[in-house]
Parts: sequence; structure tokens; C-alpha cells
Amino acid sequence: MPTVLVFLHDPGAVLAKNDRELLTLAGTLGDPVAAVAGDAGDPLLDGLGSYGVSTCYLPADPSVGKSLVAGKAAFLAEAVRASGASVVLLGNAYEAKEIAARAGVRLESGVITDVVAVADDLTATKSVFAGSYTSQCRVTTGIPILAVKPNSIEAAEAGQPATPETVRVEVPVPAAAAVITGRVDKPATGRPDLAEARVIVAGGRGVDGNFAPLEELADLLGGAVGASRAATDAGWIEHSAQIGQTGKTVSPQLYISAGISGAVQQKAGMQTSQVIVAINKDPDSPVFEIADFGVVGDLFTVLPQAAEEIRKRRA
Amino acid sequence: MDEAPTPGLNIAVLVKHVPDAQFDRHLNGPRHTTERSESILSELDEYALEAALQLIEQHGGDAAGHRVTAVTMGPGPAVSAVKKALQMGAAEGVHLTDDALAGSDASATSRALAALISHLGPFDLILTGMASTDGETSLVPAQLAERLDLPQVTFAAALELEAAEPGWTLTARRDGDAYSETITCQLPALVSVTDQINEPRYPNFKGIMAAKKKPLRTLSLSDIGLAADEVGFAGSWTAVEAAEPRPPRSQGIVITDEGDAGLRLVDFLAGQKLL
Repeated sequence: MPTVLVFLHDPGAVLAKNDRELLTLAGTLGDPVAAVAGDAGDPLLDGLGSYGVSTCYLPADPSVGKSLVAGKAAFLAEAVRASGASVVLLGNAYEAKEIAARAGVRLESGVITDVVAVADDLTATKSVFAGSYTSQCRVTTGIPILAVKPNSIEAAEAGQPATPETVRVEVPVPAAAAVITGRVDKPATGRPDLAEARVIVAGGRGVDGNFAPLEELADLLGGAVGASRAATDAGWIEHSAQIGQTGKTVSPQLYISAGISGAVQQKAGMQTSQVIVAINKDPDSPVFEIADFGVVGDLFTVLPQAAEEIRKRRA
Repeated sequence: MDEAPTPGLNIAVLVKHVPDAQFDRHLNGPRHTTERSESILSELDEYALEAALQLIEQHGGDAAGHRVTAVTMGPGPAVSAVKKALQMGAAEGVHLTDDALAGSDASATSRALAALISHLGPFDLILTGMASTDGETSLVPAQLAERLDLPQVTFAAALELEAAEPGWTLTARRDGDAYSETITCQLPALVSVTDQINEPRYPNFKGIMAAKKKPLRTLSLSDIGLAADEVGFAGSWTAVEAAEPRPPRSQGIVITDEGDAGLRLVDFLAGQKLL
């Protein structure tokens, strides 16, 4: 069985949803090992063990995890050499893709991003042009480095959990690197990350600055709140909530679009959602062309009525 | 001139000619490559060019010896991305074009750009957009930084330069989902910028006329010391074996609210087992 290395580029105290998906995929392709760009406490190691990880590689100097891309890429390359891995899986967030990019040059290995499935022969299925095309790609040189989109795999723990052995690897510090000199945390919303959310309620121009009904419905459904570029440009919601060509690309189980016309820019970010619901006052909105269920109506009456009904049914 | 001129900032902006995302895009080219009719300067690269122009304007402009060079690689028509950059205000344009470049993946593209930048440079700053709007991989800037051994600051939403001995210090703000970071490094560096950093200018008539007189060089692989098999399909580390358009989404039910649309919406969600 080939050794499959899962790279946790931004490790938390426990495994994140995307990490669990990557580890599950690794288990289907071979023997999973992990490389954690920072420190790994017992809860994280136990989590890795429950997905069948036998060995966890850590940087000898954990501060590499606090550096920008170059240091983490150097660590990934060393972990691949130390483990003898023949495939690398990592997330598809921007930082993960950049780490993949630099490690690819170091390892003289091809990188494929936006992967949604990996076959046994390592052919990767990839989403192209914001989901309007699908392609089959192969890495032809080096060790395949595959950046896998969230929600592509259903996470499942391995049968026989084991406590992984930890191995520390020395990382040659890159000579020239940018450093983080300040960090301001944003207030936590308590909602899931947009890229990983199973449900997203997104608002656009029609929201007119009031996201309250969208937040209410999102919270009832355990979802995240997103926005079109018109809404983020208007300053009604922070830019990181933007879904679309120049924002995030999402594929949740349920996407509820409220007050968004659904022009190309927005469609590019959400058209691979499993089920799309749209509410818009304008019956000619392009969003209705791709919606599974559309309501021509006022989001300020439709969304609260739906929220009330969900509460009633659950009571 | 009594005083020796201060060495100016030499900035390269990487620009790409991409299919206009307002139209349907296709992978109909040889070996599933992108069809490039209806192409434009990648919208995301306009922010990089604007950032370069603002940085030199803040520090004395052309008169201070600063210079912005717009650089692209690609087939003949790709030069229009450079021409647009010259109209916006870049001082000089460079177009790397060679039949052997066709089919380059990120690794081959970054190899070609690294050779081109080394040939043209040295540059103090290399600016790029946050991604191309066609390939969307965001791999090339990071690979270029790795190949040129430069510090990399990506997704800058704000950018400042300060002249400090012995060189320039760059400070950037990067907005993540959970936090906002301040990042600094010494030049030379490679920086990618987001679409939040500025509002790109439109070329005015004066700019369009002036652009016609600006130097625009065309280089081939041999000019920058690369062999044909180091780029293109031959020099790539990945291959696309098949590509197909995703089947269009079929239109579902559209109802007009008659006072009960919220209830019918919940019925629909329940029917899809989404509650």
C-alpha cells in the first residue's frame, strides 16, 4: 500500500471537518500518515489515530507554523522525504494551495488544485471555470500533490484506532520570508466556515443592509451566512462573506439565495451547490434559471415565515 | 544634474489575457486547453497594476526614477493585456511568446516567468493578481516566489512601501476569515493583491495615445535562455486527460408568493430531507 501524507496546514486543537475528509480519502488510497504544521496535542493525535494514521510528522521548531507560506512549504517537503510518501493530500484554502505550490517546486512534483475526487490510479477529478467544467487530471512528474475541496468526501473513521507515533523533522528555514507582525481577531460568529458549511443563506442587493432574517434562518439550519459582491461592496457585511468569481466558491448541500439577481459573477461561486433555493422580487432574475425551488416574492416576508414554520415543526 | 539619481523602484506586474467570464468558457483547445477567443486583461490583474501605479505615485512617480513594467506570456493576442496595462499607465511592456509555451501548467508557466523576470530584472517588487480568472489555481505567484527565492505576501488588501536603509520595507494587510494580519518584509518581494485593495483606473484618451509610444518588447524562449522542452506540454508536471462541461442545472419550480411561500419553501426543504 502506498503511503499517503495528509498535510494539516493550519492545525487546530482537534481535527477540522476538512481534515477528517482528507484523512478518509487517504485511507481509501493507501496507508495514511499526517504532517502537522505546528504543535499537535493529545486530542489532535487521538483524532489522527482514529482515522488510521500511524505516524505524525511535526516540525522540530513548531514556530514554522506561524510563518507565512515559505516555511510551511519547506516543512511539507521535508515531511514527504522523511515519510517516503507517494501522494500528498491537503486542503484547497488559499494558503494550502500556496504551500502546495511551493512544495511542488521543492519536490519537483505536479500540483492539482480544486480536486473533488481521486481514483485508485490517482487520476484526480477537478472542477474548472468555477464549476462549469469538470476535468480529469494526472500528475506526470514527481509525487502527486492534491488540494482537495471541502465537502467532496464523506468523513468516516477507520476501524482500528491507534495512537500515532510522532516524528520531528528538521526544517531548513527559508532565507527570505515575510513575517506576521500583527494580528487582529475578528469577532466569532459561532457559525460554520463558509467553505465547509452544509447550508448557506446568502444575501445580495435586495437585502438592503439588513441581514437579520438571513442570519435567523442560517442559525436555525446550522448554516453560514454569505453574500454577493454587491452586498460586500456596499459594506453591509464583511468581504470574507463574498461568494462568487472573486470571492469564495462553495458547494453546500443547500444554498438559499435571497435578494441576489444571480449574474455570472455570483453564479460562478455557487452553481455546484446540491440544492439551490432562490427568493427574489424580480421574476426575471437569472438565479431562477438554476434554482431548484424559486420564490418570486419579498425576502423580508418569506424568510421569517419559513423560519417560524421550521420552529413550529420542530416544537 | 548635480545630485546622483536615487535608484528608483523597479516594479514588474504580471498580467494575463483570459477568456471574459461574462461569456461561456470552454476547454476546446488542443489537449483540453482553454479556448481564448473573447479574451480580455484578467480583471484581477488590473488591481495589481493599479497598486503598482499608486505605489510609485506615492513616492515621486516617474520623475523619481520609478518604473512599472507590465509582463505577460502567451500567444499573439495576449499582447492586448500588456497594451491595456500601458494605457492604464505602465511605462513599458514585455510579451513572452513562443509556440512551445502552449499547454504550460502552473509549474511550466512559473518556470518560464522566472526565467523572464530574471532576464529583465532585477526588480524590487513583483505584483500579481490574487488568481487568474481562468485557471483559478493561484499556484503561479507562489511557485514564482519559490523559484526566485523571494518572500511572498499574498492576498494583500492594503499595501505600503517605506524607504528605509538599506532598502524598501513593505507592509501589507491581509484579511482572513477569522483575523486580519499585518505582514512586513524587505524588498525584493513578490506580492499578490485582492480586488479589495483599490479601484483600478480606466485608461483615458491621453493614456491611450501615450501608450502607442511606449516601449513594448516581444521575446521568445531562446531570448531568455529556455529550451522548448522546459515549458509547454513537455515541461509540465501535470496533464489534463479529459474535460467536459458540467451538465446545465435544470430549472426547478418557481412560485409567486401568495402569502404562503415561506410555508411552501419549508415543505420543499422537508421533501428534500434538508431540515
